[in-house]
Amino acid sequence: MALLEIHGLTARYGEFQALFGVDMTLEPGETIAIVGANGAGKSTLMRSIAGVLSNADEQIVFEGRRIGALPAADVMALGIAMVPEGRRLFPSLSVEENLLIGRYGRQAPGPWSLKTVYELFPVLKERRTAPAITLSGGQQQMTAIGRALMSNPRILLCDEVSLGLAPVVIRDMYAIFPRLRETGASVVIVEQDIGQALKVADRVYCMMEGRVTLSGSPASLTREAIHAAYFGAS
Amino acid sequence: MVSFADTLVQGVLLGGLYALFAAGLSLIFGVMRLVNLAHGDLIVLAAFLILSLITALGLNPFVAALIALPIMFALGFVLQLQVLNRTLGPDILPPLLVTFGLSIVIQNGLLEAFSADSRRISVGLLETASLPVGPISIGVMPLLTFLSAVAVIVGLNHLFYRTELGRAFRATSDDKVTASLMGIRPERIFAVATGIAMIVATIAALYLGARANFDPTIGPARLIYAFEAVIIGGLGSLWGTLAGGVIIGVAQTFGAAINPEWQILLGHVAFIAVLLAMPRGLFPRPTD
Repeated sequence: MALLEIHGLTARYGEFQALFGVDMTLEPGETIAIVGANGAGKSTLMRSIAGVLSNADEQIVFEGRRIGALPAADVMALGIAMVPEGRRLFPSLSVEENLLIGRYGRQAPGPWSLKTVYELFPVLKERRTAPAITLSGGQQQMTAIGRALMSNPRILLCDEVSLGLAPVVIRDMYAIFPRLRETGASVVIVEQDIGQALKVADRVYCMMEGRVTLSGSPASLTREAIHAAYFGAS
Repeated sequence: MVSFADTLVQGVLLGGLYALFAAGLSLIFGVMRLVNLAHGDLIVLAAFLILSLITALGLNPFVAALIALPIMFALGFVLQLQVLNRTLGPDILPPLLVTFGLSIVIQNGLLEAFSADSRRISVGLLETASLPVGPISIGVMPLLTFLSAVAVIVGLNHLFYRTELGRAFRATSDDKVTASLMGIRPERIFAVATGIAMIVATIAALYLGARANFDPTIGPARLIYAFEAVIIGGLGSLWGTLAGGVIIGVAQTFGAAINPEWQILLGHVAFIAVLLAMPRGLFPRPTD
C-alpha cells in the first residue's frame, strides 16, 4: 500500500477550478517531483494535501486513512509537514523559535531535533537569536525546511524551495534531499525549475492546467516529452 | 512640593488600575486583532460575580476573586470559541458590531439580575489602610492595585516570550494559515487568549469594585481609559500599556488637583498630546 494516495482530486477557488481529477501515489521513502509552469495547480495540490484547502475526504488517503477533509493542524499531527511557498517564517519569532514551533502539533521521535537541524544548517545556530526575517533568503529557506523537519514528518512537502535563490544556494539546498532519503522520510518536491528536481527525484509528475500530463522515472522520460507536458507544445 | 509628589504618586497608582483594565484588551488585540468593545462590561460582570460569591458564600473578597478566576477563564474560552471566532475575518466590522451588541446584552442582563443600584466590594480595614512614605502616605489598596498590574504585565510578558503557548500566540498573530501548518489550531489559541484576558479582567474587577462604586452600566466609560492606555502605549505592547495607563492616571490626578472638573478632561488631553507627538504610541511594533 502506498503511503499517500491521491484519487481524482479536484479543487476550486470559488468559480475557478484549479485541479481536474489528479491521481498520484507516494511510496514510503520515495522522493517525487511535481513540475509544471506557473498556474499548473502544483501549489493547489500541495495546499490540498496539507489540509489548508479542504477536499472530499476520500480524495486523499494517508496510510489507508481518508484525510482529504481534515484541517491542516490534524494533517500535520499525522506526520505531513510542509515547507510553504515563500517560506512564510514567523516575523515575530527568532530563528530558534521558528524551529521550535515546527514541532508544536507533533512531537515524534526521530532523527530531527534542534541539535541535528543545527548540524544540517550550522549557520542557523550562529543566528539563532536573530529575528527570522533578518536572515538572507537562503538562510530563511533553511529555517523553513528545518522548521518542517522538527516534527520528524513521515512526508515532507517542499513547495518551490528554490524560488528566488541564487544557483549556488539552490545546489546547497538540494544537497539535503539525499540526507532526508537516508532517514526514511518521503519527500514531495514542487518546482518550476526542473533541473534540480529531476536529479533527486525517484519519479516525476508533470502538471499542466490542473491535470497530470506525464509521469514516470526521470530516466524514462526524455527532455522533449517533459517539455511537451510542461508547456503543452507537441 | 509635597502635594506635587503626593499627586504624582496617586496618579501613578491609579494608572495601575487603568493598566489592568487595558492589559486584557491589549492581549486580545495583540493575538487576534480583535477590538473587544464589551471588555469593560466583562470587567463589570466579573465584579458582580465576585460580589455574588462574597454574599452567597461569605468569602473574603480576595478568595472570592480567586474562585472567580477559573469561572471567567471558562466564560472567555467559550465566548471566543462559540461567538467571537465566527466574527474574525478580513472584514474588521463584524467583531466590532458583535462585541458592541454583547456589551448591551451584558449590561441589560446585569440590570435584570442585580438592579441599577450602585454596589461596592468591601475589603474591610484595607480600604483605609495606608503606608507613610516620607511626608506622603500611600493607600494600601492603590499600592496593591499597582503591584498587581506590574505582576500581570510581567506574567503576560513571560507567557508571551518564554513559553510554548506564547510562541503559538505570536505565530498565530503573525500568520494564521502557516501556524495551522505547525499543528496550531488558531480557534483554540484564540479561545485560550480570551480566557487569559478574562483572568486579567477579573483581577481588574476586584480592584475596580474595591476602589469605587459600580453599577451595571459603568463598563463603557471605564473602557475609554483602557483604550487610551493601549493606544498611547503602542498597540500590542504590554509594557506600553502600563506606561499608557500611568500617563492617563497621572494626568487625571493632576487635573483633579487643579480643579475637580478637569480630572477626566486632562486625561483625554494627555492622550491626544501623546498621539500628536508619537502617532503610533510610545512602543510601537516594528511590523504593523
